[in-house]
Amino acid sequence: MHKESELRPPLILGDKTWHDITEDVCRPVESKANKWWWLAFSVSLAAFIWWVIAVSYTVGTGLGVWGLNKTVGWAWDITNFVWWVGIGHAGTLISAILLLFRQKWRLSINRSAEAMTIFAVICAASFIVSHMGRPWVAYWPLPLPNQFGSLWVNFNSPLVWDVFAISTYFSVSLAFWYTGLIPDFAVIRDRANTKWRKRIYTILSFGWIGSAKNWQRFEEVSLVLAGLSTPLVLSVHSVVSMDFATSIVPGWHTTIFPPYFVAGAIFSGFAMVQTLLIIVRKVLTLEDYITIYHIDMMNRVILITGSIVGVAYITEFFIAWYSGVEYEQYAFINRATGPYWWAYWSMMTCNVITPQLFWSKKLRESVFATFIISIFVNVGMWFERFVIIVTSLHRDYLPSSWTMYSPTWVEAGIFIGSIGLFFTCFLIFVRVFPVIAMSELKTIVKSSSEGAKKKQAVTAKQETH
Amino acid sequence: MSAKNKKFVYGIFNDDQVVLNAIPALRSKGLKVKDVISPFPIHGLDEVLGLERTRISIACFLFGMTGCGLALLMTSYMNIFDWPMDIGGKPSFAFYKNLPAFIPVTFESTVLCAAHGMVITFLLRSKLLPGVEPNVIHPRMSDDQFVMAVQINDDSEIANVESQLRAAGAIETKK
Repeated sequence: MHKESELRPPLILGDKTWHDITEDVCRPVESKANKWWWLAFSVSLAAFIWWVIAVSYTVGTGLGVWGLNKTVGWAWDITNFVWWVGIGHAGTLISAILLLFRQKWRLSINRSAEAMTIFAVICAASFIVSHMGRPWVAYWPLPLPNQFGSLWVNFNSPLVWDVFAISTYFSVSLAFWYTGLIPDFAVIRDRANTKWRKRIYTILSFGWIGSAKNWQRFEEVSLVLAGLSTPLVLSVHSVVSMDFATSIVPGWHTTIFPPYFVAGAIFSGFAMVQTLLIIVRKVLTLEDYITIYHIDMMNRVILITGSIVGVAYITEFFIAWYSGVEYEQYAFINRATGPYWWAYWSMMTCNVITPQLFWSKKLRESVFATFIISIFVNVGMWFERFVIIVTSLHRDYLPSSWTMYSPTWVEAGIFIGSIGLFFTCFLIFVRVFPVIAMSELKTIVKSSSEGAKKKQAVTAKQETH
Repeated sequence: MSAKNKKFVYGIFNDDQVVLNAIPALRSKGLKVKDVISPFPIHGLDEVLGLERTRISIACFLFGMTGCGLALLMTSYMNIFDWPMDIGGKPSFAFYKNLPAFIPVTFESTVLCAAHGMVITFLLRSKLLPGVEPNVIHPRMSDDQFVMAVQINDDSEIANVESQLRAAGAIETKK
């Protein structure tokens, strides 16, 4: 059996048994929602309805209802797309990369982080489809035989790479998530005491019983999927960054983009995981599973990736000066001192300065401070994408075309509405899905829970006497 | 193990370590321990039960190679052979010259086919599909109880097997 030092902080607090985990995780699914849930759900749903109205208006009327113009052809749409895709990356990092590194603290948070990935990618995809203006031809980037003389898609184009990357990422994340959910659905099925719950979870659990061969294959599939998802998640944001980096727009044409975008994605994703889980652990009383230690660990990741992002910002600036290219130099001076200076300095404050506060152990372990800083990071990362996209485009090679951009209520509606869509999905998730991967979490009860560590300490004492 | 014509006696255990220790002990006494149903994966159970290593990762590799091959065929046929385009003064006339630009799509296609091929193989091979009725032997077998299945030839063995299971630590037995 796996033994662990009792000096390591426990990953499950309290003297929990396997059955306690089942009870605690199934409770939200089996009980009725309280008024706070209904309040949050109503607000999210209202925002989502705004999204429906704004998207319908865009599709029905045309992209003219947005604030875009000839110079700034990409703005909030792509800002939001990149922001959401980036947020999604933390889920895959937690479930895949931390699995490969055998980090057991992932087990309490991987399920909800993966759910966040799925919903974030859905939100991101909604921007891609709506910014096309004509979503009924959304199949054009797919390599399908067609009536245009069989004119194929251009596989040299980063936009086509993006179609492949995002769709692969979404569907593989979904398969990974669902595979992990099957044993947990079976738990709810076996406990179900109402006819409909039994029926629904029987269908969802695919007839899982957990025989030795089932588990052997399950573990192998999880491991190999983690191995596949790791390069996949790194490729996705690299490809997203190449949408910019392969162009010749000053401020976009930089080779640092792929690693810089990936670090930023993990940074913003962990911030969103913190924002969500700090609320979830409180509302669903899961503080024994999502502990201060988990929050501390995630804050460390935020600190590291935030520092990488900070170094990337400074490197970009240095390289712009060092390149000797006037246009490139102007793009960066314009970012910091031009008409969008406030966006640039919001980004710098939120992304470079606030995560550095996490050098303090006290702040890393403070739930309140973490929540506030995570919001700052979310805002800062949104501004990062806005700065990269809008300030690079609004003043490029031709000064006669220089202009400003401001969004209309429609764009604001799609953005706020996508947050509503995200939270609507997430709130439904916490009510009908097991929010903690309980079958996997049960494997560490004997080694990493507080109760096990106490027992271990007692035995050790008896042995020395 | 769910084959209709085979008969089993089930021992219900409440600890994974007891199950692991019981299997070799029971087998040495001539009991045919066929399977263990557990609420979570028990490490070391494969070796104790004598399960062969799963070949699903080999299937995954083959699916991945298929995806990679298909993507290379697709990109070369569409962009080099069928309709080469000259965009921005960068013509697509030779596959080896364009290959670097085709790598992202080839990689994504490899991962797509490998992951989905493996998951579908896993579901089909383990007979996991929506609508499959599970064989629930004990309502808490997915919660905190472990079910050991021992195969018997006829009903006369039941009493002996049951007492053996209890001696090995089973808290309950079931036919």
